[in-house]
Amino acid sequence: MAFYVVQFLTGLASAASLFLVASGLSIIFGVTRIVNFAHGAFYMIGAYIAFTLTERLSGAFGFWGGIVLAALAVALIGVIVEMVLLRRIYHAPELFQLLATFGLTLMVEDLVVLIWGPDDLVGRRAPGFKGAIDFFGQNIPSYDLFLIVLGPVVLGILWLLFQRTRWGVLVRAATQDRDMVAALGVNQKWLFTSVFAVGVFLAALGGALQIPRDAVHHAMDLRIIVEVFVVVVIGGLGSIVGAFVAAVLVSELNAFGILIFPKISIILVFLVMAVVLIVRPWGLFGKPEAAARKTPGLTVNPWRPLTSNERLMALAALVVAAMLPLFAGNYLLTVGSEIAIFVIFAVSLHFLMSVGGLASFGHAAYFGLGAYGIAFLAKMAGLPMIVCLLLGPLLGCMGAAVFGFFAVQLSGVYFAMLTLAFAQIVWSIAFQWVNVTGGDNGILGLWPSSWAASPSRFYWLALGVAALVTVALRAMVFSPFGYALRATRDSVLRSEAIGIDAKRIQWTAFVIAGTTAGIGGALFAYLKGSVFPDNLGISLSVDALVMVLLGGVETVSGAVIGAIVYKALNIWLVSQTDLSKLVLGGFIMLIVVVFPKGIVGMLEMLAQRRKKASPPGSPLLAKPIESAE
Amino acid sequence: MSVAPPLLAVEGLTKSYGGIHAVRGVSFALRAGEILALIGPNGAGKSTCFDMLNGQNMPDSGHVRLLGEEITGRKPREVWRLGVGRTFQITATFATMTVRENVQVALISHGRQLFNLFGSAPKFDRDEAGRLLELVGMGGYADRPCGELAYGDLKRLELAVALANQPRLLLMDEPTAGMAPRERVELMRLTARIAREKSIGVLFTEHDMDVVFEHADRILVLNRGTLIAEGSPAEVRGNPQVQAVYLGEGLVYDSRHREGAST
Repeated sequence: MAFYVVQFLTGLASAASLFLVASGLSIIFGVTRIVNFAHGAFYMIGAYIAFTLTERLSGAFGFWGGIVLAALAVALIGVIVEMVLLRRIYHAPELFQLLATFGLTLMVEDLVVLIWGPDDLVGRRAPGFKGAIDFFGQNIPSYDLFLIVLGPVVLGILWLLFQRTRWGVLVRAATQDRDMVAALGVNQKWLFTSVFAVGVFLAALGGALQIPRDAVHHAMDLRIIVEVFVVVVIGGLGSIVGAFVAAVLVSELNAFGILIFPKISIILVFLVMAVVLIVRPWGLFGKPEAAARKTPGLTVNPWRPLTSNERLMALAALVVAAMLPLFAGNYLLTVGSEIAIFVIFAVSLHFLMSVGGLASFGHAAYFGLGAYGIAFLAKMAGLPMIVCLLLGPLLGCMGAAVFGFFAVQLSGVYFAMLTLAFAQIVWSIAFQWVNVTGGDNGILGLWPSSWAASPSRFYWLALGVAALVTVALRAMVFSPFGYALRATRDSVLRSEAIGIDAKRIQWTAFVIAGTTAGIGGALFAYLKGSVFPDNLGISLSVDALVMVLLGGVETVSGAVIGAIVYKALNIWLVSQTDLSKLVLGGFIMLIVVVFPKGIVGMLEMLAQRRKKASPPGSPLLAKPIESAE
Repeated sequence: MSVAPPLLAVEGLTKSYGGIHAVRGVSFALRAGEILALIGPNGAGKSTCFDMLNGQNMPDSGHVRLLGEEITGRKPREVWRLGVGRTFQITATFATMTVRENVQVALISHGRQLFNLFGSAPKFDRDEAGRLLELVGMGGYADRPCGELAYGDLKRLELAVALANQPRLLLMDEPTAGMAPRERVELMRLTARIAREKSIGVLFTEHDMDVVFEHADRILVLNRGTLIAEGSPAEVRGNPQVQAVYLGEGLVYDSRHREGAST
């Protein structure tokens, strides 16, 4: 019995940090409507700076002072980020905001390694809370008891802040209607900045308070952000009480889940989240407002199928690409195969995101599931390659069918957070369930059959499948289903009013996109000869997002160009620098801020201008680009 | 009960939000080919009433029957399948698609081709889409992106979309709101013509009394959630109770205002 009580108290202690970070995210979202992906990064910087300060400053004051100073310093960083980056993108579609803050996260990950090194850092114990308390033979660290008290205290302080101060009233008013608050003469800029600072302060404090419990390391940002997303989805985005209750719930589930499913405890949290989403899609304490903001200036350029000339040019580009093995060496062919595979991956996400308006932040899950599908079939069942290639993607399909069912119940940022959480769950299973997946060591020795073994043959296979997939998905855009999908993207209200079951349409699109990604993953497994948990990791999901955005989210086939350019750049970058995340993160922020229409979108815009300037009948500039599919 | 059930029969429709009774025991009927207006001051419960007719909102109690068939609480898309088209107070269209594509989506849905993955949507019922657009006077705009349209044109497009499944009943929530006076008259004449030709029943809410009294066959007056009058335009115009709460709004404004402030 005592053991369970201790387990319960450990869960409560873990909830404190989680609550701090989640409440910060919630407060920021409530006012600015930005889902701050970089929140995990601020949490991590908080921990790193607190580590340094508590090491340097001595004594009890040094420790506690260091913690608070670290949180303040990070809040200052947050202010700078808000003023330099976020102010430029408050009016951008929410997807861009998520992506920009993700770019920031990537940069921070490289920066902390640059400053503090790659090793785990073990911080000081908290003065006064070094020991443990004996509880019927079980030990409870006294620091845990401190954290258990801290959670409700912070909740109380926040409550007072929001109910009893002028600033709090303004924040609550802005949460309801920020335009009205601005119209009443409140300086919105500084309100937003201060809210962001408070939110970041909470995140950094959460990180700093973790150092006596956990080692500081450079991957802690992603781990916390996924948990925080789960917490705010369960508790309701924008609700602080919800964040508290959900943080306790999730932490307790983790604490006791370990006892029930030692390997895959995260499943429990997932199940609870699924139940909450079905019963209350807006979370336990959230409000069912949603009404996603219309993205201003979304495609005014109507989509149309390719003309016969354009089809010929696309075919010509494909023929040219197919001639690569005539003059390229093995390395280049492998790069070519990888690019072709990423084209498949990118167009699958593009279908979901551009056509369906569902920006998945965890699309790699289905890519990776396809790859693991191959690994299971080839290694365990010993099936020949052709059979594996046909059946492997089915794992991606099944994953998409299950997760997609829940994900399409939501939209906008909730959808993005949920898909990310799902992907992270799949990743955790692949990582932790060592008996089946080999864990971190992956599954090795997946080689193609002899008919596809040579680099040139494999390249042709990958290119052929990429071309087929692109053509098929493009055909779907202009199929009755494609129209229905676009209809649900533009207006669910109108769709439902003309007999369209929006969720079923979106679910179908999710399954199509997941299966297609699975095809890419299947080929990828054979290309690399191995499968690792990273094949379904967050960074791969973000690769897909960047490829789509780079090509142009508002175009029909921009993802093809985006994938080619991005993957080629990425491979080159990794070969040139160790700080690829830093460069990549900067690159993402650059696209979002100055280049939001993507390459193909830009070219189409230029073509439009030229068309208006020159007599009709002049060829569109964008055509040769689109033809590259 | 008569031998042939009316096109739309509403019985004792009731809805409250918290302690506020938005709609209380509203009953009325609508025949095919009839144009019925639902009017009332702001907050009278028009929109709530309206939303409960096609499943946008769930009534606490009461019945909605379409040709005798119970449709209370059905989902909007199911109600649409039974032949009920609807337009919205604030237009809801597919902004990134062209005008013709907007209509084609409705036709695709009507033809139950929503899950057809490899057919050609641009060719789908193209002629029928064109015909519907001609009908509402939008033939010349077929290839324009819907997001570029003026508000009045959007209202007409919504009408074309609502007509795509050959409805028996049209629900129009403030069809002329935000339109110029001449456009209003045009749109309502068009609606009236289509309703008579195809024998479609039309129920609409409206704030513009000129529109209401010129085009409605019958008028329902709603105030604080209850139906206070029903009849021909002439009857409603002469009804003292209606004049008191509605038409004479200027005279009773003060007292209503004070009452509103005290609650």
